[in-house]
Amino acid sequence: MTILSLTSIQKSFGDQTVLKGVDFTVNSGEVHALLGANGAGKSTLMKILSGDYEKDGGSITLNQKEQYFKTPADAKEAGIEMVVQEVDTALVPSLSIAENVTMNAFITGPAFFSWRKRNKRAEELLQRVGLKLDPSLPLSQCSLAEKQLVLIAKALSREISFIILDEPTAALSTKEADHLFSVLRDLQKQGVGIIYISHRLPEVMELSTKITVLKDGFVTLHKDTSSCSSEEIVRAMLGNELVELLNDEEERVLGNPLLDVNNFRVPTTNETLSFSIREGEIVGVAGLVGAGKTETARALFGADPSNDPVSIKGKKIRITSPQKAISAGIGFVPEERRKEGILVDFNVVENLTLPVLKQFTKFGFIQKKRERTEAEKWIKQLGIKTQKSTLLLNYLSGGNQQKTAIGKWLLNDGDIYIFDEPTKGIDVGAKQDVFRYIKELARNKKGILYFTSEIQELLAFCDRILVMYDGKIAGELSKEEATTEKIMHYATGGHYGTVRS
Amino acid sequence: MAQYVHKEQIEKENNRTKYTFQEKVFPFLYRYGTLIVILLTVIGFSLANDKFLSYQNFTDILRSVSIITLLAIGVTISLIVGGFDLSVGSTASLATVTSAASLVLYRQETIIAILIPIIIGLLVGLLNSFFVVKVRLPDLLATLAVMYIINGLHLTFTKGFSIYNNMPLTEGGTAPGVFLPSFLFIGQGEIISVPVPVIIMLIAVIVVHIILQQSRFGRLLYITGGNEEAARLSGVPVQRYKMYAYLLSAFFATLAGILLAARIGTGQVSAGAPLLMDGVAAAFIGFSVFGAGKPNVIGTFVGAVLIGILLNGLTMLNVPYYAQDIVKGSILIGALAFMYYDKKK
Repeated sequence: MTILSLTSIQKSFGDQTVLKGVDFTVNSGEVHALLGANGAGKSTLMKILSGDYEKDGGSITLNQKEQYFKTPADAKEAGIEMVVQEVDTALVPSLSIAENVTMNAFITGPAFFSWRKRNKRAEELLQRVGLKLDPSLPLSQCSLAEKQLVLIAKALSREISFIILDEPTAALSTKEADHLFSVLRDLQKQGVGIIYISHRLPEVMELSTKITVLKDGFVTLHKDTSSCSSEEIVRAMLGNELVELLNDEEERVLGNPLLDVNNFRVPTTNETLSFSIREGEIVGVAGLVGAGKTETARALFGADPSNDPVSIKGKKIRITSPQKAISAGIGFVPEERRKEGILVDFNVVENLTLPVLKQFTKFGFIQKKRERTEAEKWIKQLGIKTQKSTLLLNYLSGGNQQKTAIGKWLLNDGDIYIFDEPTKGIDVGAKQDVFRYIKELARNKKGILYFTSEIQELLAFCDRILVMYDGKIAGELSKEEATTEKIMHYATGGHYGTVRS
Repeated sequence: MAQYVHKEQIEKENNRTKYTFQEKVFPFLYRYGTLIVILLTVIGFSLANDKFLSYQNFTDILRSVSIITLLAIGVTISLIVGGFDLSVGSTASLATVTSAASLVLYRQETIIAILIPIIIGLLVGLLNSFFVVKVRLPDLLATLAVMYIINGLHLTFTKGFSIYNNMPLTEGGTAPGVFLPSFLFIGQGEIISVPVPVIIMLIAVIVVHIILQQSRFGRLLYITGGNEEAARLSGVPVQRYKMYAYLLSAFFATLAGILLAARIGTGQVSAGAPLLMDGVAAAFIGFSVFGAGKPNVIGTFVGAVLIGILLNGLTMLNVPYYAQDIVKGSILIGALAFMYYDKKK
């Protein structure tokens, strides 16, 4: 039996510490689930184990022998393979399945190779993961689930003792996921140690033998799965503060209709949807990856403009560009913070005042003093932690960057605020602040549209929850009737609960 | 709370590590490296040749720098919005030829000989922005294509000949017009013994600098280049700002072309081509001045001065012009190396 153990692993990026001394042990023949909310450090830990990142501190041992993984090749040499979440980044779409599966042997093998042997080897490997595909087909013809299995087959082309799977079921259907689980169980029987990253509790409870939960770079739970309750795991994932924070007892008074969307076509998904928001209402939009949440948010803000009008306070408006949206009183906090939400090479003041720069302009020139005073007032109010207001955003932590991305819309004082995964990759403290802003906006009679895949957040403070599936709104739940199960039921197109849990 | 824990750790680490020699020297060089190089070259050349450090030579250098600077301002503005205008050289050539043709072939007044190239130049800018903004070609490729088109256009117009006073015409006789003294004044005149092109250059540098640093227009140009998608989602009309940038870029290239025509007194074909590379080099050297790390006009000006000093000094030392490119290239590499070294950290 082989024992792989990581002891007090530390890692930071810039001044952001992601892992603060994490212990993690996995034995061969066991399925060890690694859980945690977004930004807990799961992926970082696994990237260290697979040699992608170098650790800052701590040690990795294999059967008590210390290992040094400087490159992914070192980790592979030691028998550790990783199946990454974005399978497309690990495979070459223009090559055939056979070439992809036998890539490892190709790199280290002889200069000349035999196609016949290669195809045969590929076929053997594909059989092990239960894929009945012609290995000479180009990889680009495979579905996502097939690519995932191809990647596992590729990993099996060496003698492996451990395999890491990062959110493998994120985009799979129930049937595909079930197939994956049976493949994993076979591997387990063959003595492979499996590290399984996920934040879907039901499948973790079903598959794993042990559970480790990470939160903010610490291990908060480490137990055998059989002696764990779901509630215990959720608490460990979210932390007591957040669980309490999420208990929102506030009674909100809803005002007049604010935004009315009727048969609105989202151009990127080519689906239509209808819903409405009232003043002071927080409407959550749930959905799995690929359900069309981001696409809908972008269309409503005019980032990918739709031809259909929406009505805001009873007035019909076609939102053809973000500028139009802003002048109609809409603010948008996009999902990809660093790419879309903020400008990392500009300072806090410049980021905050960008949508309202006109207010600080006289005869075309910026009144920098006034701009700065106003921005500093907001920095204080929003609790953005920065040494000085002229620091580039690049040097701020993710949470403070996000506060800036939200803050710039508060300066604008609009009516409708669209949030797309606003708590992605930020710590609990920043999350508390984000929730505080949102509740305050609702108190000030603003309408809020909150897109997220974090069901706990939806249940906590949304007045109404719309659930998206396949680009459409599959269901609507009021605060009182919403439960995780019901949301998941709609979010999986009605499959969840009947088959998997 | 998590975020405080790591803050203390970082502070502890900061106290622990003393800055190494390298960590101290590199940022200093990054900020002032270009200025030090200028100082050293000035000292070097004045030691090697006693005529180097004279007022006459000083104005000569600035006069030759003025055209490159104007062109480089155009390149700088295109770089600010995240683009790259390669067509400035040929736009300058076109301006040289059209202003000369207005004067010599069509007997126009000075003001017409200035306005016509500017209008044509702005059309080139529109063409560039059409390809970049509407057709969405990569900036480098679009402006490269436009560079070829404009080059061919001005050569076709002149049939490959330069335009000069009393030039013989194909249909017999000589050209009706001449380079008017008032036009030549732009390139050759002096006001209180300061050359006019230098005055124009300094005004352009100062005005553009103030606009870029202090105005909303300038801020939004930089924001557009900083992250186009984030800018768009914050309500910046990024496409319009990109168009403005290419229009300005063409405008300054045209200005450089007019100055060139006025200075040499002929409508030299392809005169702008060698200016392109000097202009691009000046703009990129400008990145490193005062450690700006981004395109800026003052830096561009310093870059152009550095190139001007090198050319002047090397010519005085009888280094052949083709060998001077080696020096130019090395300076550019040096400036870029410092910039990217710092960016990587």
